Amino acid sequence: MTRKRIVLTVLHRLAVLAYVAFALFPLFWLLKVSVTPTSLLYTEGIRLWPSQASLEHYRFVLTHSSFPTFFLNSTIVSGATAVIVTIVASLAGYAMSRFVFRGKYWIVGLLLLTQMFPLVMLIAPMFKMLSPLGLTNSLTGLVIVYVAFNVPFATFLMQSFFDGIPKDLEDAAMIDGATRFTAFRQIVLPLTLPGIAATLGFVFTAAWSELLFALMLISGNQATTFPVGLLSFVSKFSVDFGQMMAAGVLALIPACLFFLLIQRYLVQGLTAGAVKG
Amino acid sequence: MASITIQSITKTFGTVPVLNDIDLSIADGEFVVLVGPSGCGKSTLLRMIAGLEDITAGEIRIDDRRINEVAPKDRDIAMVFQSYALYPHMTVADNMSYSLKLRKTAREKITDAIGAAAGKLGLDPLLERRPKALSGGQRQRVAMGRAIVRHPKAFLFDEPLSNLDARLREQMRAEIKRLHKSIGATSVYVTHDQIEAMTLADRIVAMHGGIIQQVGNPLDLYDRPANLFVAGFIGSPAMNFVEGHCRAGAIETDDGSKIAVPDGVHLKDGQAVTVGVRPEHVRIVAGPEAGSYAARVDLVEPTGFGTIVHVRLLGQDLKIYTLERGAAEVGQPLHIALDGARLHIFDRETTNRIG
Amino acid sequence: MQKIATRLEPWLYSAPVLILIVAIMLVPLALGVSYAFRDIRLLNPFSGAFVGFKHFRELAGDGAFRGALVNTLWWTFSSVILQFLFGLILALLLNRPFKGRALAQALCFLPWAVPSFLSGLDWAWMFNPVVGPIPHWLYALGILSEPSNILSDPETAMWGPIVANVWWGIPFFAITMLAALQAIPKDLYEAAEIDGAGPIERFRSITVPFLAPTMAISILLRTVWIANFADLIIVMTNGGPADRTQIVASYIFTQAFRRLDFGYASAIALVLLVLLLAYSMLIVVLRQTMLTRH
Ligand SMILES: Nc1ncnc2c1ncn2[C@@H]1O[C@H](COP(=O)(O)OP(=O)(O)O)[C@@H](O)[C@H]1O
Ligand SMILES: [Mg+2]
Repeated sequence: MTRKRIVLTVLHRLAVLAYVAFALFPLFWLLKVSVTPTSLLYTEGIRLWPSQASLEHYRFVLTHSSFPTFFLNSTIVSGATAVIVTIVASLAGYAMSRFVFRGKYWIVGLLLLTQMFPLVMLIAPMFKMLSPLGLTNSLTGLVIVYVAFNVPFATFLMQSFFDGIPKDLEDAAMIDGATRFTAFRQIVLPLTLPGIAATLGFVFTAAWSELLFALMLISGNQATTFPVGLLSFVSKFSVDFGQMMAAGVLALIPACLFFLLIQRYLVQGLTAGAVKG
Repeated sequence: MASITIQSITKTFGTVPVLNDIDLSIADGEFVVLVGPSGCGKSTLLRMIAGLEDITAGEIRIDDRRINEVAPKDRDIAMVFQSYALYPHMTVADNMSYSLKLRKTAREKITDAIGAAAGKLGLDPLLERRPKALSGGQRQRVAMGRAIVRHPKAFLFDEPLSNLDARLREQMRAEIKRLHKSIGATSVYVTHDQIEAMTLADRIVAMHGGIIQQVGNPLDLYDRPANLFVAGFIGSPAMNFVEGHCRAGAIETDDGSKIAVPDGVHLKDGQAVTVGVRPEHVRIVAGPEAGSYAARVDLVEPTGFGTIVHVRLLGQDLKIYTLERGAAEVGQPLHIALDGARLHIFDRETTNRIG
Repeated sequence: MQKIATRLEPWLYSAPVLILIVAIMLVPLALGVSYAFRDIRLLNPFSGAFVGFKHFRELAGDGAFRGALVNTLWWTFSSVILQFLFGLILALLLNRPFKGRALAQALCFLPWAVPSFLSGLDWAWMFNPVVGPIPHWLYALGILSEPSNILSDPETAMWGPIVANVWWGIPFFAITMLAALQAIPKDLYEAAEIDGAGPIERFRSITVPFLAPTMAISILLRTVWIANFADLIIVMTNGGPADRTQIVASYIFTQAFRRLDFGYASAIALVLLVLLLAYSMLIVVLRQTMLTRH
C-alpha cells in the first residue's frame, strides 16, 4: 500500500515536472539565445547555457533599432484599447447582468456570433473602410478595430463579475436615495475593481498579441506595432538571432506582467468567450 | 409616518402570474406582517411597495400620493433585506450615513443621527468596522441602523431575521418590537415564520399562491382561521384535520366515528367538511366518557415546556399538546376528548370556514 | 415618462457596445459578403465591378484552395485532440494537492499568456537547426537523418505549427477542465469510496460524467476557433513549403494581404463562414438529438 503510494507520488511529481519543463523550455531557449554573444551562437551549438552571457543584443535592440518605437506604439494601442473596452464593456455587461429586457437575447446572440465567425473575413473590407477615413497606418485606426474585436468577450467577462455582486446592494442603494447610475458608480463599480483590473489585463494581452490586422493596416515605421516590427525584422535580418530573440523577450515582458495580474481570473476569462479561444 | 394603500395590485413575471388582485390598507404607525410559505409572493409585494419591481396593474399610494411611477429613491422608505445588503466597501458609519449623504444632509446632522441610531442599537464600538468584520447579529443591527437613521415614512422588512440562529432571532424579534414601540413608524414585515408573525404584528396578512387568504390581528387568525390554509399555517404544532361528512346532525368521519356539530354551526346533510382541532384543544381523559374516543399512543415528543403526544385516531395521526409530563407512553391505550367549543369546521370544497 | 425611461435604461447601457459591433464588425462583414461577388483588387483602380459567381467558379478549380481545405481539417483536428488530451492530463495532475502546486500551475499556464506571434517565432527558432535544439535532438534520436528544419520539408512542415499550437493551447483546456474538476462535490468521491468504488471506478462513474459537458462545449468552441486561427502558420511557414501548411484562414489572409485581391479573398472567406456555420449547426442538431434521446 505505502509502496504503491510512494511510486504513484513519484510518478505524479515527475509528470508535473515534465509539463513544467515543456511549458518553460521554449521560453528559456528564447532567453538563452538572447544573452548568447553572436560569436558563441554558432560555435557552442545547443549548449543549455552559453559559456559567457552578455546583454549586447538588448543594448543593440534598445539603441540601434526601432523597437523602442514599436514597443511604445504597442503600449499605446493596447493600453487605449484596454481602457476603452473596459469602460464600454462594463456598461453593457452591467445591462446584461441586471436588466431583463426584450432584445437582451438578441444582443447576447449577436455577441456570440462575433465570437464564431472568422475575423480574417473582415481584413479586406476593414481596409477599404478605414483607408478613405485616413485611419490606415494610424494607431487610432488600430485602436478602433481592436476595441470592436474585444468588446464582445469583455462584455461577457464583465457580466460574470457583475453577476457575482448581489443585486440587493443596488436595491438597498436605490432605496437609500441613489439613482441606478449612482448605485452603479458608487456601490457596484468599487466592488468590481478586481474584475475591472482582470478585464483590462485580458484585453491588453489580446491587443498586444494581435498580428494580422496590424500587418494589413499598418505600413511604415511610425505606426508599426511590436508584432509587425518583429516580423519584418525577422524577414529582413534573419541571421541576427540574438537580436531577434532579445526583442522577443521584450515583447514577452508585458504579457507576463499581465498574466500575473489576471492569473486568478483565468477561468472566468476563458469561459466568458475567451480572448484566445 | 404614513399610511400605505394597496389597490387591486396584480403582478406577472413575463406570463407567470405572481400576485393576484391584492387589496390592503396599512394605517399610519401600524405594524403589518405578510406571512406565507416561500414563493407565495410576499417579497414581490414588498418590493413593489419599495419601487424595486414595477406594478403590472393596480395602484399603490403612500399618504394618498400615487407612487406607481415614483423612483425608489423618491419614496422615502427604508428597507431591511434578508441578506442585510450592507455595502462591503464601507464602514458601519458610512453604511449608515450613505442615505443621508445622498440627500445632502449637513455633516453635523449626520453625525447626530448616526450617534442616536448607534446608541439605540448598541453599535457605538463598531462604527469604524467593515461589514466583513461583524458577526451575523451585528450585521443585522447595522442593517436596522441604516434604516432608522433616515426617519423614513415607512419601514419595509424582508425576512430580516431568517439568517440568524434561533436564539439571536428571538432576541432581535423582541428588539424590533421594542424599536417599533419607541419609533412608531409604519412597518411592513415579511416572513415565512408564523411565530414571528404572531409575536410582532398588529395585523397579519396571510398569503398563499399570490392571494391574500386572511387579514386580521394575530389572535383572530389563530382563533378563527378563515380557511384551511390559514388554519394549517398558523400555529405550532399544527392543527389536526379530520375529514368527514355531515350525517343526521353529526359529522361522521371516514372511519365511522362521530363528532358532534358545535353549537351555531349549520351544515347541510351530506356536506363534505374538514374538522380542525388544535393539539392543545385535545384532552387526555381518565376513562371513557360521553364523546370521548379510545386511541393508542404512537409517539411521544417532549418539548420541555409541554409534550406532543401522537395517537392513531379516526384513521389518522392526531397530535395532542399537553402540559402534563408523563401523561402517556408509547403503545399505551388512552381516551381523548375534543374541546367541542374549539372545533373549526371547514367546507371541504371551498376550504372556507363554516364555523 | 418614468416608464419610458426605465424601458430605455438597458439600451442606454448597451448602446456603445452595440454601435461598435454593428459599425466595426457587422458592416464590414456585410461588405465582405458583397466583395465575394465583385472584382475588388487594391492595385487595380478600375476594379469594383459586379462579377456574380466568378470567384466561386475559380475557387472550384483552385487546387491550392482544395489543399487548404484538407490542411484545415488536419490542422484543426490534430491540434484540438492533442491540446485536449494533454490539457486534460495536466488538469488531473493539478487537481490533487501537493507542495508547490500554485507555482507549478502558474508555470504550466504561462504559455497561454505568450502572444501568439511570439509563440510562432519562438517555435520556428526552436525548429531551426542554426539556433534551435530540436533538429539536433531528433537527429540524435535517429528520427531525422540529418539535423534539418522540419518546417522546410513539405512532408513534416505542418507538425511545426501544430506543435506550437499544442504548446500554446494546452493551458486553455487545462484551465477549463481544472475548473470543472474542482466544481465536482468532494463528498461524492467520499460516498463512492465508502460504497467500495476503487479509483478507476470513481474516475469512470463520477469524474467523466461531470466533466463531459465542459469537455464537449470547450472542444466544439475550440474547434471553430482553431480553424480560424492563422497567426502561427503565417508566422512560422507562411503556408509553405509548396502550400503544404496553407489552411483556409491563412489562404484568405495571403490573398488579401499579399495579392491584395480582396474579391477573391472574400469569396474564400464566405465559403469558410458557411462551412463553420454548417459545422456549428451540425453540433446543435447532434446535441438536440442526444438530449431528446435521454
Ligand atoms: N424576477 C423574477 N422573475 C420571475 N419570477 C420571479 C421573479 N421574482 C420572483 N419570481 C417568482 O415569483 C414568485 C414569488 O416570489 P417571492 O415574492 O420572492 O416569494 P416569497 O418572498 O413569498 O418567497 C415565486 O414563484 C418566484 O419564483
Ligand atoms: Mg422572499
